[in-house]
Amino acid sequence: MTRKPRIATVSLAGCFGCHMSLLDIDERILALAELVEFDRSPINDFKEFDGRCDIGLIEGGCCNEENVHVLEDFRKHCDLIVSLGDCAINGGIPAMRNHVPLRECLEEAYLRSPGVYNPGGVIPNAPELPLLLHRVYPCHEVVKVDVVIPGCPPSADAIFTSLLALVKREPVALAYANLKYD
Amino acid sequence: MSTVQFVLDGQAIEAQDGQTILKAAEAAGVYIPHLCAFKDLIPHGSCRVCSVRVNGRIQAACVQTVTAGAVVESETPEILEFRRNIIDMLFAEGNHFCMFCEKSGNCELQALAYRFGITSPRYDYLNPDRDIDMSHPDVYLDRNRCILCGRCVRVSQEVDHKTIFQFVGRGHEKRLQVNGTCLADTELSATDEAVAACPVGALMPKRVGYAIPVGQRAFDAAPIGADVDARKGGAA
Repeated sequence: MTRKPRIATVSLAGCFGCHMSLLDIDERILALAELVEFDRSPINDFKEFDGRCDIGLIEGGCCNEENVHVLEDFRKHCDLIVSLGDCAINGGIPAMRNHVPLRECLEEAYLRSPGVYNPGGVIPNAPELPLLLHRVYPCHEVVKVDVVIPGCPPSADAIFTSLLALVKREPVALAYANLKYD
Repeated sequence: MSTVQFVLDGQAIEAQDGQTILKAAEAAGVYIPHLCAFKDLIPHGSCRVCSVRVNGRIQAACVQTVTAGAVVESETPEILEFRRNIIDMLFAEGNHFCMFCEKSGNCELQALAYRFGITSPRYDYLNPDRDIDMSHPDVYLDRNRCILCGRCVRVSQEVDHKTIFQFVGRGHEKRLQVNGTCLADTELSATDEAVAACPVGALMPKRVGYAIPVGQRAFDAAPIGADVDARKGGAA
């Protein structure tokens, strides 16, 4: 018996909305579970790759160094990298900060914003916190991306039909109703 | 008025003398994608989305008038690719974030990308720094989304008779400027045709964002140009 295609998923600088939309395929997730196996993913909570994967679904762009490392790790382990959703494709909402200097962003978040209680005036900088990049990068500016599924989030139908096509190694073709940027 | 005949993608089309290829094609039920061309305004010919091959040369269908016997190619793989690249470049050149734009679903740039089946632009995003003019009480101008189509410039001049907008700068420095220090300093009112004419979310009335539910917006169900396509189906 040939092994099932393996899928890994991750949310980088995203809001987990694309993963929510993936779960929104409802009972079709049973059909999907028949067709594929999940490698590292928030769905099964595996943090590390278990081997070679066929498909890597990436939600979100890269806003910090950890995002870059994870994305590069995905590229290393997956045959196909899929930018899932607008943040992976163009940075999305996090990319709104691209026009504001990083220091200003941090000061706004930790010092100036209404409701902030920070008597020491400290901007968090612990070694375990991933360093922020000076701007948010879409995934294809960091690694080669093979497939894009736009949407904010892509609809459950868009994700399901795309995954079915990818599992069969067919080109992804979104119907008009499923091709949305919002 | 005298009529002339020309050939569009192998189909003989009757047009009025002096009519543009875009208008003649539309009258015959053939949709040619366009952005800067708008109703009866003087054509601008700036976006080039309506490019067609006329007797072997690429021309903008919105400014090129029909000549007798002209051979026009519109839906060829080459021209479709040409137009797709232009739409791609428009997306890459500005800061177009559909997910939080109030125009999403009613945006003609987005609708064209849908019609062309574009999942993401092929070009690198330029991420330009552009400003937003929120000074006016009822209208805002977000230059991040402006595609320099010149519709507001022309509508404000030809229809509203106010001449509020004009372009300044050249090349990639070109940007939309208003006749005053800021939008609030002009005679612009939210009911001006110029505001409604913006194909994207650059010139937007305030406090009416996201009013139309997803599914009921202009291009949710059918692609842009579907009305013209349908006429062709009826005629054939």
